[in-house]
Amino acid sequence: MTTNQLRYPDEELRHSPFHERMVALSARDSWSAWNGYKLANNFYDGEYEYFCIRNMCGTYDVSPMQKYEITGSDAERMLDRLVTRDITKLREDRVTYVVWCTDDGRVIDDGTIFKTGPQKYMLTCGSPCIAWFRKACFGYKDVDVKDVSDTIAGLAFQGPTSYSVLKAMGLDGVETLKPFGIMNFPFKETELMVSRTGFTGDLGYELWIDAEHALDLWDALYAAGEDYGIQPFGEEALNMARMEAGFIMPYMEFAEALKTVHFEHDQTPAELGLDWLVDFKKPRFNGRAALLKEKETGPKYTLCKLDIEGNKPAEGAEIYSDKDCANQIGYVTSAMWSPVVKASIALAMIETKHKDGDLWAEVYYYKELRPYKKVAKCTLQNKPFYAPPHAKKTPPDPF
Amino acid sequence: MQHFDTIIIGAGHNGLICASYLAKSGQKVLVLEASDRVGGLAASHEFHPGFKASIAQSINQFSSKIASDLNLASHGYTPGEAMATIGLSADGNNVSINGDTVTGVSDKDAASYKKYRKMMLKYSGVLKPFSLKTIPRIGNNSLAEMMLFGKMGLGLRMMGKEDMQEFMRMVTLPTRDLMDENFDSEVLKAALCWDGVAGSTNAPRSPNHSVLMMLYRMTGDHGGDHSLPSGGIESLVTALETAAESAGAEIRTSAAVKQITIDGDENGLKASGIELASGETFTADRVVSTADPKTTFFDLAGVDNLEIGFTNRVNRLNTNGYVAKLHLALSGLPEFNGLDQPDGRMIIAPEQDTIEFAWDDAKYGDAPENPVIEMVIPSLSDSSMAPDGQHVLSANVMYVPGNLNGGWTDEARQKLLDRVIDEIAKYAPSIRGQIVGSELLTPADIESNYGVTGGHWHHVEFSLHTMMMMRPTYEAAQYKTPISGLYLAGAGSHPGGGLMGGPGHNAAHEILK
Ligand SMILES: Cc1cc2nc3c(=O)[nH]c(=O)nc-3n(C[C@H](O)[C@H](O)[C@H](O)COP(=O)(O)OP(=O)(O)OC[C@H]3O[C@@H](n4cnc5c(N)ncnc54)[C@H](O)[C@@H]3O)c2cc1C
Repeated sequence: MTTNQLRYPDEELRHSPFHERMVALSARDSWSAWNGYKLANNFYDGEYEYFCIRNMCGTYDVSPMQKYEITGSDAERMLDRLVTRDITKLREDRVTYVVWCTDDGRVIDDGTIFKTGPQKYMLTCGSPCIAWFRKACFGYKDVDVKDVSDTIAGLAFQGPTSYSVLKAMGLDGVETLKPFGIMNFPFKETELMVSRTGFTGDLGYELWIDAEHALDLWDALYAAGEDYGIQPFGEEALNMARMEAGFIMPYMEFAEALKTVHFEHDQTPAELGLDWLVDFKKPRFNGRAALLKEKETGPKYTLCKLDIEGNKPAEGAEIYSDKDCANQIGYVTSAMWSPVVKASIALAMIETKHKDGDLWAEVYYYKELRPYKKVAKCTLQNKPFYAPPHAKKTPPDPF
Repeated sequence: MQHFDTIIIGAGHNGLICASYLAKSGQKVLVLEASDRVGGLAASHEFHPGFKASIAQSINQFSSKIASDLNLASHGYTPGEAMATIGLSADGNNVSINGDTVTGVSDKDAASYKKYRKMMLKYSGVLKPFSLKTIPRIGNNSLAEMMLFGKMGLGLRMMGKEDMQEFMRMVTLPTRDLMDENFDSEVLKAALCWDGVAGSTNAPRSPNHSVLMMLYRMTGDHGGDHSLPSGGIESLVTALETAAESAGAEIRTSAAVKQITIDGDENGLKASGIELASGETFTADRVVSTADPKTTFFDLAGVDNLEIGFTNRVNRLNTNGYVAKLHLALSGLPEFNGLDQPDGRMIIAPEQDTIEFAWDDAKYGDAPENPVIEMVIPSLSDSSMAPDGQHVLSANVMYVPGNLNGGWTDEARQKLLDRVIDEIAKYAPSIRGQIVGSELLTPADIESNYGVTGGHWHHVEFSLHTMMMMRPTYEAAQYKTPISGLYLAGAGSHPGGGLMGGPGHNAAHEILK
């Protein structure tokens, strides 16, 4: 082995279809990994990029996300049993946010289902799930699940000016696209699929195109976005934005049930505050019996939104029912100083029976390498921290 | 549309037994059977003009409690006397095993056998309380359920420390180890092995559960010895049928169930009846299926109505049968070397390794070069099975894959038939001239003729992970299934297959609880 030979060639991170452009815009060259692809932590500074999303617009590469094409006359039935929501109600060119559970009602993953044709769906999710989907197909005669993660490029395009950029790019009719709607536009010799979806809580879209045309799409978008402050953003900015929107993140709020060892180290939808996704009017879906049982007694934990006194982000804090921190009743899963709310906010798993009582966080922080802790009062929030009306408007406000 | 308290799918012995208990308790019961006769794998059919046979050919653990509960004697069933198990030897030096006596072996082996038999009966006694009981789920158990587990513990303790330790050591041994520890005669060893491996994907060297299987089979009335009722297997089936009918159950044959009707609303799913292949429908408070679990869940209930983990667990159940059935129509009573009368259960397996090698062939998809065979002449106890003076030879042939490499072509079938007859002729040289007709049913034929997935003897392989509260798999192991109102009661449920009646009996008790 010569000294400059790769030791683990198969472990080298792969480049997403947008990589070439992202590399050119990366001042920090700061990457982590997502499903074997390089994922930008930031391009320059996470907080700066966060402000771009909140004030202008930005792109986030969702190509490493897992994408599955599900087709066949049994596709609807298979999906309807798989997820807790009623898929029979999903119309063509619409998207829905879903979770799917084990037989025991523990969340395997969350994701979105796009109905792209009469017997055709695209399901996207954070980590590979093909083995479970294959199991879910067993016994149906006509359903096929194909992993299209590598062939479809995805670009989240979020922020208040995003709509104007798409208009400037020439996507006629995009003004009629409603939240969770899908529209297709001819693009070069292919088709561009635009969905009004996203993970930032703001106005935003996700753009889907075959991988070969990814760079063309990037160039067209950045050319149109020049005057609208378009910027790429990375994981750090996304994490801030999604926290304010109250969205959950795998391995922060929940542990995928097929990967946990301890039977209580994963969560049910209700524990994650996703009981609204569970449609008990539906007689069949995976985990139903277990979830119905849980419904009778209520979930053991509930994911709560907290406004925490003071300005220290409460990352890793434990939650108590008393100021003396004698009775621990929960733990923070994600926390930040929120620029829009101007408060220290957190998502926390709290024992349901205690969530409406006194809540105290023991917050740990550092000052010039010295560890400190303080006890801060928490206030339960029932609404997302950030849900601006302009995010849902159709047609959206132009700039 | 007619409504019943319970609809039972399948009129095998378990379906009939379940029907009797339920009807006796006052329920309105309908039994639906796909084929044109009752009995399932125990049903007799004419395989050659004037000659009849059934797939299950002898009885070794039919429950005497069931026989008396259902008063089968009054319906014409008389249990047979224990018959000898005979390990055939081509030179006529056959080994005959009868109760605790064995002949045709050294004095040493004969003495060892007495001790062995005593020990085995003691150990099988530990398993006895379990056959006619629902085995509780693991977790939150009631006192009564805990007592059942306690009984086994107590049974073990009562044997004393030495026996208990020995039981624990022995129960998961390969049969071969147990035989080699106790005996010298290969013919004896191979014959004794048979009940540890019959109907399974085990051979004498297979680890883990073949000794357990032998013990299990020994929990029957004659300590595991086989018998034939005086009216043949058919008399048992007829008795079960008339018992069910006289208790008030309605039995319909040629009535294949196409699907179980499952209603769904916000309360979940509930089995509410069935639809026949003819399109006719019936409603019921509950549906009991004695079809095998794969047929029940995949074909009749549908995966739509079941959860993903559960369906895949059922799919993983081993349902590959490896027993073929040979029926010979004979012009006279065959003569076996060294035997006065072929009135025992005769086993062709000269060595334990003959069984092992036959399995080796089969597990890679080939028919065995040297098949091993268990035979009875049922027409000796039931003269109605063959014309006067003529006879039927019924044989279980192991190990024969249902999914043969190259498929079951006419040629492959003929080849196996020739091989099996050649093998039998080594022990009964004149038999060839007596054959007037024959039928060979591979596991694939048994699957298609009897509606049993894989043609498996026990519907589902009988192994440690599919026993007791794991049979056929958790969440369907207490006769209830994840679908409210749908029950299992066939051989795929505890205590398993063989003409025993345990599943039908236990399911009825679970329903009547
Ligand atoms: C080759 C072979 C040899 C055997 N030899 C012996 C032996 O010598 N001694 C012994 O004790 N055991 C023997 N067994 C095992 C024994 O025969 C079975 O375990 C037992 O008969 C199973 O009984 P059951 O009532 O549970 O199921 P079955 O007898 O299989 O009955 C199930 C019934 O359900 C019916 N059915 C299935 N699907 C439908 C539908 N959709 N609609 C309506 N009806 C349906 C079938 O037609 C069948 O009649 C043998 C098995 C095999 C395969």
